Amino acid sequence: MQTRRIRWHIAVFLAPAVLVYTAVMIFPLFNTLRLALFTEVDQTRIYVGLQNFRTLFFDPIWSEQFWNALGNNFWFFLIHMLVQNPIGIALAALLSHPRLRFAALYRSAIFIPTIMSFVIVGFAWKLILSPLWGIAPSMLDAIGLKSLFAPWLGKEEHALTTLALVSVWQFVGIPMMLIYAALLSIPEEILEAGEIDGITGASAFWKIKLPLIIPSIGIISILTFVGNFNAFDLIYVSQGALAGPDFSTDILGTFMYRTFFGFQLQLGDPHMGSAIAGAMFAIILVGVCLYLFGIQTRMRRYQL
Amino acid sequence: MNKARQNPLNTAAMHGALILYTLIALFPVFVIIINSFKSRRAIFREPLALPDAESFSLIGYQTVMKQGDFFLYFQNSLIVTVVSLALVLLFGAMAAFALSEYKFKGNTLMGLYLALGIMIPIRIGTVAILDMMVATGLVNTLWALILVYTAQGLPLAVFILSEFMRQVSDDLKNAGRVDGLTEYTIFFRLVLPLVRPAMATVAVFNMIPIWNDLWFPLILAPAEETKTLTLGSQVFIGQFVTDWNAVLSALSMAILPVLVLYVIFSRQLIRGITSGAVK
Repeated sequence: MQTRRIRWHIAVFLAPAVLVYTAVMIFPLFNTLRLALFTEVDQTRIYVGLQNFRTLFFDPIWSEQFWNALGNNFWFFLIHMLVQNPIGIALAALLSHPRLRFAALYRSAIFIPTIMSFVIVGFAWKLILSPLWGIAPSMLDAIGLKSLFAPWLGKEEHALTTLALVSVWQFVGIPMMLIYAALLSIPEEILEAGEIDGITGASAFWKIKLPLIIPSIGIISILTFVGNFNAFDLIYVSQGALAGPDFSTDILGTFMYRTFFGFQLQLGDPHMGSAIAGAMFAIILVGVCLYLFGIQTRMRRYQL
Repeated sequence: MNKARQNPLNTAAMHGALILYTLIALFPVFVIIINSFKSRRAIFREPLALPDAESFSLIGYQTVMKQGDFFLYFQNSLIVTVVSLALVLLFGAMAAFALSEYKFKGNTLMGLYLALGIMIPIRIGTVAILDMMVATGLVNTLWALILVYTAQGLPLAVFILSEFMRQVSDDLKNAGRVDGLTEYTIFFRLVLPLVRPAMATVAVFNMIPIWNDLWFPLILAPAEETKTLTLGSQVFIGQFVTDWNAVLSALSMAILPVLVLYVIFSRQLIRGITSGAVK
């Protein structure tokens, strides 16, 4: 461009999104981080610097809950990465097979759990896994594995894993759909070229398709990370704000909710709530930076 | 066409795996719905049996109809979801076009700024959002939810749509410019139709979290007249937790509208995805 005229259309295109986003998202975000530096004494707000964070990380009562929630959150994420995303990719690979019949039917059916709310999913699985109702034990009995049954949601050592798997069951449709769309966008010529070289079937998947969909897998991973680190609903619905049994399913989202709004005998504390939000912000920021600068920039993009 | 040899054994294995997973995905829904039509005794005695003349009962639905205002909840959810989605798609596509099409000072910075929101969930700002909604009097209105969901959806929409818009051929847009089209016409008439599959994808991925969200309705709009279906059914089930008939019926009634919406929009989604690929 030789002339330095102002291109107003760029501003017009950007303005609505930037305005709403800044006012409702970015401003409150930083305001929350600011609130984390205050505390309330006798109904007046006083500045205490990093005192809230010191309490959160080092005060025995708070830090035990915080590290517990953080550890649980990492386990929750790990299960999603190891179970949800590989299953999603595998299903997408099967579905994208060129002459598979009923593919649309399978795809629609498998996506159904994803569209249902946490309330439905949480309660439905709670009922199914309930020893009171007995669907799960009688089904295990039918395949001779009754001894494996335990009230999974009620046991401290199993509850978190069970909920993570329920969440995997619910959300497997998202990686499936994203990868499916990516696989369909691979041009036929590339696959035919591979075929001429004798690369078909499974090896075509590993050698041609998989490298081409790696950017989509990267996006799915980071979406999973962020989604898991602000998860709340499923745990709240099935285990309540106390994330029982004995806080074994407590993750950062439920911890923040409890702190912000209070529960039972504890009063809500927006400033400690903000401090937890600040910690979540930092964790997510670190994860995202690792992805953006460590992984994404090294990823090769193929012009299709 | 692809002429790979089709091994019948392979095909059978593929169908086997897909049928197995489909059963896993649908089984809980199926169990909930069939049991919602049974009497309390039948629910416990034979949970996997279909309701028959003897065990059929609508007692749960009667309780739900008497005690909860599910039609109002549904209406609230629908308004919030549709308005938020429309705003996300329009504003998001406009911003994505600006970022992917024009070179200007601060383009990368603006892209990063907008992308921050994919990675930083809006929930982190909840404390201050509640403060703001209280200050502006928007608490317990549907607008509070619409604003929050629009802001929440925009970053991902901009990100996905600008990825797609980069793939739209430059020649096409430049041909439009040579023909004297304005930038607005190029956006609305040339680019938007080409990224429709991406818009469908964005709509689906935004629609699910908005419809299903429990956090913001719980915090910003918990009043009876602004409850969304998700919050309404959560509160209802919490109150009737020992009445299995009512709980199962409430769950079925929460599933039903979602399934209907899904049947309507999945056709469009699948058409979108495939037309994008065949193009």
